[in-house]
Amino acid sequence: MRDVLYLAWRYLVYHRLKTAILVTSIMLIIYLPIGLNVVVEQSAEHLRARAGATPLLVGAKGSPLELALNSLYFSSEHPELIDYSEATMVADSGLADAIPLYVRFRSRTHPIVGTSLDYFSFHDLRFAFGRPMAVLGECVVGATVAESLGVNPGDTVISSPETVFDLAGVYPLKMKVAGVLERAFTPDDDAIFVDVKTAWIIEGLGHGHQDLTRPEAASGVLRRSEENIVANASVVQYNEITEDNVDSFHFHGDLADYPLTAVLVVPRNEKSGIILRGRYTDDDATSQIVRPVTVIDELLDTILTIQQFIVAAVIIAGLATIATAALVFMLSLRLRRREIDTMLKIGGSRLRVTSMLLAEVVIVVILSSSLAAVLTLVTWRFGPRIIESFVLT
Amino acid sequence: MIEIGDLRFSYDEGDFSLEIPQLNVAHGETVAIVGPSGSGKTTLLNLIAGNATPQSGQITTNGYKISGLHDAARRDFRIANIGLVFQEFELLEYLNVLDNILLPYRINRTLVLDTSVRERAEMIAESVGIGDKLARYANQLSQGEKQRVAVIRALVVQPPLLLADEPTGNLDPLNKNRVLDILFQYADQNAATLVTVTHDHEVLHRFQRVIDFKDFCAHGAEQRLENIAGPM
Repeated sequence: MRDVLYLAWRYLVYHRLKTAILVTSIMLIIYLPIGLNVVVEQSAEHLRARAGATPLLVGAKGSPLELALNSLYFSSEHPELIDYSEATMVADSGLADAIPLYVRFRSRTHPIVGTSLDYFSFHDLRFAFGRPMAVLGECVVGATVAESLGVNPGDTVISSPETVFDLAGVYPLKMKVAGVLERAFTPDDDAIFVDVKTAWIIEGLGHGHQDLTRPEAASGVLRRSEENIVANASVVQYNEITEDNVDSFHFHGDLADYPLTAVLVVPRNEKSGIILRGRYTDDDATSQIVRPVTVIDELLDTILTIQQFIVAAVIIAGLATIATAALVFMLSLRLRRREIDTMLKIGGSRLRVTSMLLAEVVIVVILSSSLAAVLTLVTWRFGPRIIESFVLT
Repeated sequence: MIEIGDLRFSYDEGDFSLEIPQLNVAHGETVAIVGPSGSGKTTLLNLIAGNATPQSGQITTNGYKISGLHDAARRDFRIANIGLVFQEFELLEYLNVLDNILLPYRINRTLVLDTSVRERAEMIAESVGIGDKLARYANQLSQGEKQRVAVIRALVVQPPLLLADEPTGNLDPLNKNRVLDILFQYADQNAATLVTVTHDHEVLHRFQRVIDFKDFCAHGAEQRLENIAGPM
């Protein structure tokens, strides 16, 4: 048997290009349907788990999918905005707890999630280092963020401007890291959490600047009246909130009108949830309430349908490839007729010669299967991340 | 060594027919078979080797009635008792020189490949001037080197009978003599029988006996091998 395998191996090594093409083809035939199935199954489980843990979401009327993806997985496409008063309204109803969400800005690729401290307890997020954010300008980073940016409590992260060329747009805010979360294996690992007010400061709705009542700011003052002071652009605006300047930060207007992307609603009980959902059935309402698990199930139904089509196509392509490989093998036998005859003429046993040819096929199939298994393992390990990055970005 | 009696062979298609009333080759004898193309020289070698089965008659090789053996036994007998050399070398392109030489040991379970066999193969290769080319592949060798490898493959099992089908047909004069030297040296040192089909009349003087197929089968199956002369 060893000799048979040796001869088969030598043949395959000598014709390495042909072997590589054959192995790759068969590997893909084996891997594609299995790998696809693994990715979809795992991702479905992953997506459904996160959605299932979030009872209800309130957001602007529009795409429920966009609302769910932004609120649960922090996708970059944010839904239409709602007022902060929506959160207050839910909380004041006494039917549920309301956790505000403002997921709009990013620091490099990491989403900045404006929320409240309740978010951590709701998702059972634990701190690896440090503490929750306590004052304006502080943030808490997920495990992946801490790893990729190399930050720890005391370090800073900077929000990214929305557009480079919009001078009137959102300016970067330097935020101090107050704590690092333990890895949760959820999108929270990749997020930077700030108080919702800090998110509003990033947007420019709240700001801090030089004290215009002090003499050194006099040159920047254009007009001074009882109600307000008008200043020119020479007045220093702060892009970092520190102990020294935190008192200068303020918000103009009514906070109830400030924007949110969603409100995460945690009903007291099932009945409360049903009552709340009933309050959003009015056609004239500007906001909607959705059950994330229903939205994600609809998404998964679509994905599964697509998967079935892809698997069917792969199986057909696989059958064609197997038929082609069989044809190539049979043609190669004809080309190798002389070689086979030589071995038989000098006294080679038919069994050994046949075994050698079969061993070539077996080795190719084993190599292909092994590579397919490795790829499947890699897919099993990283598949959900891959599909999330496709679905959510 | 070889005893042929009342042999009759024909192919399923075509009118070729070979009939040999009697032909004996003694142990240790060196015999050249000459004759025109299509006269049955190669067919005779195939019959002696058991690669073809006669319709009637008997072939006894080294005491075995090879035509009476079943297929597997005939292969087992052949690989251990008969060294075959072909005009076109028939080396396997995907094996290096050493693996080509050791091929008989890998394709039949009756031969055991061990260190002594490897050493013998290397020693023979060294003695015929290709000891430094054992790791090369067939396409990296000259014609003469290829035939030397093919000859060593036939010799490595130390067979008592060597059958060579135009072993020098594709070689230049220098390599022709080198290959024949190897065959004759082996036959001489091991008291082996050497039967060679050749078209080259310049080398006939080196053989103890020459069998001429000139008239045999020239006109079809009616002809007889009456002109084959043997020393027995």
